[in-house]
Amino acid sequence: MAIREKFSLFDVINYIVLTLITVACFFPFYYLFINTISNNDLSSKGLVMFYPKDIQFSNYVHVFKIPGLVQAAVVSVGRTVIGTLVTVAASGLLGFLFTKQEMWGRRFWYRFLVVTMYFNAGLIPWYLIMRDLGMINNFMAYILPAIVSPFFIILVKTYVESTPIALQESAQMDGAGYFTIFLKIVMPLITPILATIAIFSAVGQWNQFYDTLFLMTDQKLFSLQFILWRYLNEATSVAEIMKQSGGAMRVDASMMPTATSIRTTVTMIVVIPILMVYPFFQRFFVKGIMIGAVKG
Amino acid sequence: MSASLTEASNAPRKKERFQIKNKYKLFLMAFPFLVLGFIFSYLPLFGWVYAFYDFRPGIPLSKSEFIGFHWFTAMFSNEVQRDEMIRVLRNTFAISSLGILTSVLPVIFAILLTEVRNSKFKRMVQTLTTLPNFISWVLVYSFAFMLFSVDNGFLNNLLMSLGLIDTPTNILASSNNTWLAMTLWGVWKGLGWGAIMYIAAITGIDPELYEAAKVDGASRFHQIWHVTVPGIIPTFFVLLILSIANFINNGMEQYFVFANAMNMANIEVLDLYVYNVGFTGSNFGFATAVSIMKSIVSLFLLFLANGLSKAVRGETII
Repeated sequence: MAIREKFSLFDVINYIVLTLITVACFFPFYYLFINTISNNDLSSKGLVMFYPKDIQFSNYVHVFKIPGLVQAAVVSVGRTVIGTLVTVAASGLLGFLFTKQEMWGRRFWYRFLVVTMYFNAGLIPWYLIMRDLGMINNFMAYILPAIVSPFFIILVKTYVESTPIALQESAQMDGAGYFTIFLKIVMPLITPILATIAIFSAVGQWNQFYDTLFLMTDQKLFSLQFILWRYLNEATSVAEIMKQSGGAMRVDASMMPTATSIRTTVTMIVVIPILMVYPFFQRFFVKGIMIGAVKG
Repeated sequence: MSASLTEASNAPRKKERFQIKNKYKLFLMAFPFLVLGFIFSYLPLFGWVYAFYDFRPGIPLSKSEFIGFHWFTAMFSNEVQRDEMIRVLRNTFAISSLGILTSVLPVIFAILLTEVRNSKFKRMVQTLTTLPNFISWVLVYSFAFMLFSVDNGFLNNLLMSLGLIDTPTNILASSNNTWLAMTLWGVWKGLGWGAIMYIAAITGIDPELYEAAKVDGASRFHQIWHVTVPGIIPTFFVLLILSIANFINNGMEQYFVFANAMNMANIEVLDLYVYNVGFTGSNFGFATAVSIMKSIVSLFLLFLANGLSKAVRGETII
């Protein structure tokens, strides 16, 4: 290899441009965070701009006293955990089953599911059917529609096809059934793709918003995304919270919840779980979208 | 008949029976999931019948009047409705076109990033720029609210403290440049993520091509232009074709969260329009008719994109 060229003007400009892009991408996260840990009085006057002032963490305590927020967190965590588990299990099993040439009508059934990626009945027909299925104010509305995900099935099928078939065959010789083969032989081989799916699925569930918007009227089933959206849009619901928490606590102005502190802190509560798992899943998603780029 | 002969003729039959059993066993294992797929993806299609009835929420379909293609012709039947459809289609086309135009930005970003030699810096840039892809549009809107709101937003506060403006401007509730603003938020969210494919494509380019170019005296820009760019054109083309197939499917979430009374005229894309007509206006029949038209057009676009892909690359996308 030749010795690398010197640091040119191009490099200087490149570093500056990339740094600016990175700052633009990350600054909103940073800005909201410093506002949640600063003096609420200064924050609500717009005086916390580039660094935190009078650091305090009371907002993160207060915000959990907001009626309904803990419940919404339970709903969001619940749908994420349960939804991810069943989606991963179903995608893994189906992806495996569709690699079995001997399945009755294999090609037809595979296409039957895959083709659903390319059409959509539309919002109203979807809503009316969900209503007729009893999915209004039903937690299952978060889980059941996510179980069969064609894109994930394609990912698993492609991945299983790239693993050696000999292991499966020898297990079959020993009299193992399909389910045993899947659990004991195939699952350990395909954990990387299952991890990728788990990440996509978990982020998708956590971020999902419109199913709550359309299907849920019962406060007990509201997700964090949905109540955040309400706090952003309905000044009255935020004012209500402030009145309730202010009356009950009588804290000094620096810790007194404000509209800004409630909005920023709830936003951080929704963002932080993503930030926490992000470093771990980063290595998986590159693999995921590369396999996904190969058509099924 | 000797024992060995019987055994020999029995073996294949036994195997056959075994396979027949397996054939259905595999199907039965998949069956519950096929049912779920049918319920949540195919069953809603039956809801298309609502487009042919004068259906109002609260009154059962059986008591609603069958009106044939009334809702379909209603889309363009009178002046007011026609203008509205044209406005919505214009928003859809404008935002989608801007989206396609800005799809070169991840390419440029990927090229710039791969030109960086410091791997720590490279990894940090990639990590932080990909992050926005993983947050929902509600969160993006929350960021937008905190940064650009008229009431205590970062930008207004900054400009005021610098003495550049006297009164805060309401950027979010403005009808100016809505298309551009929506596109830019799309870029903000998707830039790092969109670049991943291109970075992978660039990594896959044979390093010998660069060595050869260097030997021929090619400068850094020449190397980028003659080696890197041709190396990622195929990837760019595939993604471009896919975006044609999705030209009228902007989705609803982004426009829904950013919409307000001031910018509605410019932000209302087809998907949001269906929501507004159906849920806010309670006109289920008309909204369904618009959905059906949309599905037909996007199916047409999908086949068009597929044909285009076949003609140019010799490979289909579906």
